[in-house]
This record gives sequence, structure tokens and C-alpha cells, in this order.
Amino acid sequence: MKYLPLILANLFRKKLRTTLTIGSFVVALFLFGLLIIVRGAFSQGVDIAGADRLVVINKTSLIQPLPLSYRDRLLRMPGIKQVTFQNWFGGVYQDEKNFFPQFAVDINNQRAMYPEFKVPEDQWKAFFDDREGAIVGQSLADRFGWKVGDRIPIKGTIYTGAWAFNLRGIYKGARAQDDTTQFWFHWDFLEERRDFGKGDVGWFVVRVTDPDLSVQVAKAIDDEFANSPFETKTDTEKAFAASFVKQMGNIEFLILTVGAVVFFTLLLVTGNTMAIAVRERIGELAVLKALGFSNRFVLLLVMMESLMVAFIGGGLGILLAKLFSLRGDPTNGILPYFYLPMWAIAAGVGIALLVGVAGGILPAISAMRLRVVDAIRRV
Amino acid sequence: MTVRVDGSGSAASLIHVRGLDKKYSRGGEEIHVLKGLNLDVESGDFVAFMGPSGSGKTTLLNLLGGLDVPSAGTISVAGDEITHMSSSKLTDWRARHVGFIFQMYNLLPVLTAFQNVELPLLLTKLSKSERRQHVETALQVVGLADRMRHYPRQLSGGQEQRVAIARAIVSDPTFLLCDEPTGDLDRKAADEIMDLVGRLVQEFGKTVLMVTHDPAVAKRAQITLHLEKGSLVGTAEEADA
Repeated sequence: MKYLPLILANLFRKKLRTTLTIGSFVVALFLFGLLIIVRGAFSQGVDIAGADRLVVINKTSLIQPLPLSYRDRLLRMPGIKQVTFQNWFGGVYQDEKNFFPQFAVDINNQRAMYPEFKVPEDQWKAFFDDREGAIVGQSLADRFGWKVGDRIPIKGTIYTGAWAFNLRGIYKGARAQDDTTQFWFHWDFLEERRDFGKGDVGWFVVRVTDPDLSVQVAKAIDDEFANSPFETKTDTEKAFAASFVKQMGNIEFLILTVGAVVFFTLLLVTGNTMAIAVRERIGELAVLKALGFSNRFVLLLVMMESLMVAFIGGGLGILLAKLFSLRGDPTNGILPYFYLPMWAIAAGVGIALLVGVAGGILPAISAMRLRVVDAIRRV
Repeated sequence: MTVRVDGSGSAASLIHVRGLDKKYSRGGEEIHVLKGLNLDVESGDFVAFMGPSGSGKTTLLNLLGGLDVPSAGTISVAGDEITHMSSSKLTDWRARHVGFIFQMYNLLPVLTAFQNVELPLLLTKLSKSERRQHVETALQVVGLADRMRHYPRQLSGGQEQRVAIARAIVSDPTFLLCDEPTGDLDRKAADEIMDLVGRLVQEFGKTVLMVTHDPAVAKRAQITLHLEKGSLVGTAEEADA
């Protein structure tokens, strides 16, 4: 602690340079945070997918339906504990830019299939009893300022016409990263009012008795409906979510590439800054040595400066990214899981410190090796 | 006067130098800077070294201060043979025994006068309050107690050198090494600095070894030794009383 004034005084001797170097860390770590958030937004569905849930879709495409009658056949199959189904509604609330996912759900099994979505008992009962009832996620309710009891008009795009729902409940996620941007309403209500596709569902969600048997059960399901007019393609919920991510391209590779370029640039900036800082005060470092400060002390002094720049800048950058993430999804529902996890904050600070070490080590070693007599002569 | 350059001094002298040799190799050419030099300095002596540029004055000071190692010969200070110490031991030894005063003051510009003087004490186990007490005392000795919060850029050259002297004495070293301490000062400031150095010797019993080009400054020492081509030539001149 007694050396702190010396470290700080050296650090801020060139305020503009130090501020700019810290600034480059801030920008780099903020970008790192955003990349992690975006990666998470694409892959969070994969990460948090239920281990014991399978998704059964039409083999041709997700947008092709499956007959509701499959439900009973699925329930009779060994290894399957529970079945529910959903339809994509694709409506518009007030304006097309107000995108959010709406699902017609099987109200008898929805809650049991997705226990991570928490709905108060009285609200669920009110929803259950109201054929035109709807439940929305907390983020969605916050986004539009909806309250329980509101009447919500939705313009149908697939199932055309004006639809209206009574908001009966608001669900929350059991985990911070759970998607709370969904809109649920009764599948029966959709079935009653739609002009086409009656008796069809968008997809089934199946809970297996043993997650270790998921692959076998998925194969059994597809075999069961093979050579029928509605062949199925069954995947674990994780694989299903991953297939969506794949459609967006190799996000992981993109993030790694951008991240590597940013941090390599940062390394050069830090190394250069520290090298200049050492070169500028060779005489002072020599005086410290003459006064009895050891070579190791001089090495640590330079390293501490580099690490402090990295820590302050990296910490600020990742903190800004966290604050940005707390404001919620800025894309109006395209990236519902807009979340920076704790491990990413720790990793960000860790990476910044690593860059600090890598950038400072060579100048620090040259400071350590400085010969007092030679350096004093240069003053 | 107790300074001897003929090798007749006692091994019990505060500074005991025998057969000191220093050679440099520069551009393939060997430069013999110091040639078999003998020197004995007792505690409380104030010695000035004079001589033309390149005569080896600063090299001698660097060797005595443990900043450089000799090619041959030995240096003992207060019984410690320093010529064979490891680099880290020599660093520790410097912190305890040597106070440096440089021509260009060499204060750290980002630290206040107080913080500059405190630097050598950071290497000790003194508490913060003890360090403060020592620093304030040192700054009072050099007459700058009222400037302790000033940065070097806010001080005159003479005041900067006085801060440097306070830094040199704050840890109560065995001896002080002054390399052209007035070389960057006008006559008035130089006189003030030499008055101060004289006080350190007379009132506080400090041992001072000083390199200078200035005969007026050298006269303030108790004895002046002349270096020429790496050897101490002639006899020591005692200052007029």
C-alpha cells in the first residue's frame, strides 16, 4: 500500500495518454461484453434448453403442421412422460416493428411442461377460465406497459383478422436468462376462429422419462411416423435451438475472430504505451535503483502500472456492457436473452489483466535490466 | 586530516580502498579509467575530488556508491567488503549506507518534495507516522519544511537540490556521495548548497565525498584530491581553516 502513491503518480503523469489507453481498454471490453451478450442471445436457448424435452416438427419444415391426433400416439409410446403442443401465431400489435412471439398453447400441459416460467396461481386460473385470455412474459409486459386486465388487440397475419385477448397473467423466469418476451393464448381459441388448418398443430414438445434415452426416443418417434403424410423430425430441445443458431452463421467463429483482432490491437497499444512510459523515465528508474530499490521492485512497478490501466479500463468496459445489458433487449424481441453472465464479467477482467501483463512485461523487463550507471549518465 | 591515498591507511577506516581498477571496453577499445587506486577516508571527513573530464572522478564515485563494480581491487565501507556483493545485496547495502546527491537533482517530477524525500524510507520498516517524522526533520534541516507539498517544477534549482539533499540524508546513511552538486546552480545557490553540505559535516558528523569541477566549491571540503588519468596525483590539499 505504501507504494500506491508512487504507482498512481507515475500512472497519471501523462493524463491524456493514460486516459486514451484506459479508453481503448474500455472500448475493447465493452465490445467483448456485447459479443458475449449477442452470442448468448443466439445460443442461450441452447444453453438453457430442458435436458428432458424433445421437439417434434414436420420433417419437411417447421412451418408445415402436424396433426393433433399424433398427441395420443405419442403418449402411448414408451419413454414418453408428457406431451404438449403449440402453434406460431405471427400477429402484429399496433405496428409491425412491435415484434414479439405469440404462441397458441395447450393450456392443460403448458405449465407442467415449462416449470421454469412462473405464473401466480390465481392468474393462471383466470387465464385457464377465460377462452380469450392471454399470459405474457414480464419483459413483454414492461415493454408495452401492459397490466393484468388489459385488452390487447392483435392483427393476425397468418390467421388474418382482428384478434383481441384479455391479459390474465404475467409470467417470470425462474432464471435471469429465461425468455420473458412470449405471449401465450388458448390453442382452442385459435382452433375455433381460424379458417384453415383446423386440427393441426405447429409442433409437439415431449418430455421423456429418462434424458439419457432422448436420442433413442427421438428415433422411435420419427420411425413411428415414417412413411405417413406427416413425417416427423425429432430433436432434443437443445439441438432444436442449436439449429436456429446455425441458420445465423458461425457466431462463435465471428466472435472469436473479432475478439482476437481487438485484443491483439489492444496488446500493441498497451505494449507501446508502456514502452514509451519506460523510455521517458529511464533516469527516474535509475535513481530509484540508486536509492536502493531492487530490480524486482522496478519490474513490479512497471507491471503494476500496466495492470492498473488494464484493470481500470477493462473493469469499466465490462461494467458498461453489464449496465447496457440491464436495459434489456434493444432489438425489440429479436434477441430476447439479452444478458451478460457473471462468468463473462470475470473472464473479461481476466482477459484485460492478461493483456496488461503481456503488454507490460517487455518494457518491465527492460526497466529491470537497466544499468544504473548507464542510465544516470543519460540524464 | 585522516584521508590517505598512499595505501598507508588502516583497514579500520570508514572507507578503505585498495588497488581499485576500472576498465571499460568501448568500440573494441579498452579504456583504463582507474588505475590501482588506494584511498582511506575516516568518518566525518569531507573530501572533494577534482580533475579534468574523463579522469575517472564519477567512475570512482559510482564504485564507492556500489552503482558499478570494479575490474580489480577492493572497497570496504564500515567493514563491509562491497566489491564481491551480489547485485541484490549491493542494492540493499546502498539503501542503508549511501546517500546520493546528483548534479541534476534527479527528483521524481510526479512526486511532491515530501514524497521524494520519503522514497528511501519506503524501503525500511518504519511506520507511516515514523516516516512522516523523519521526512519533516530532513526537510527542516535543509530549510524547506514549508515547501513539502510542492512539486519539483514549483521549486527553484537550489530548492530542488536541497530536497535532493534531504532525500540523501533522510535514512541517515553512512556517507554521502555528491556528483557535481552545484554544477547546475548559480553562484548564490551554489554557496547556499555548500553551506548546507558543510553543516551536515560539522553539525551532524556526516562523511561526504564530492566530485566537482569548481575550485571554489572544492575549497569548502576539508581536503581536495586530484585525479588525473585514473590515478590520484600529488598530495592531498587541506582546505584553509
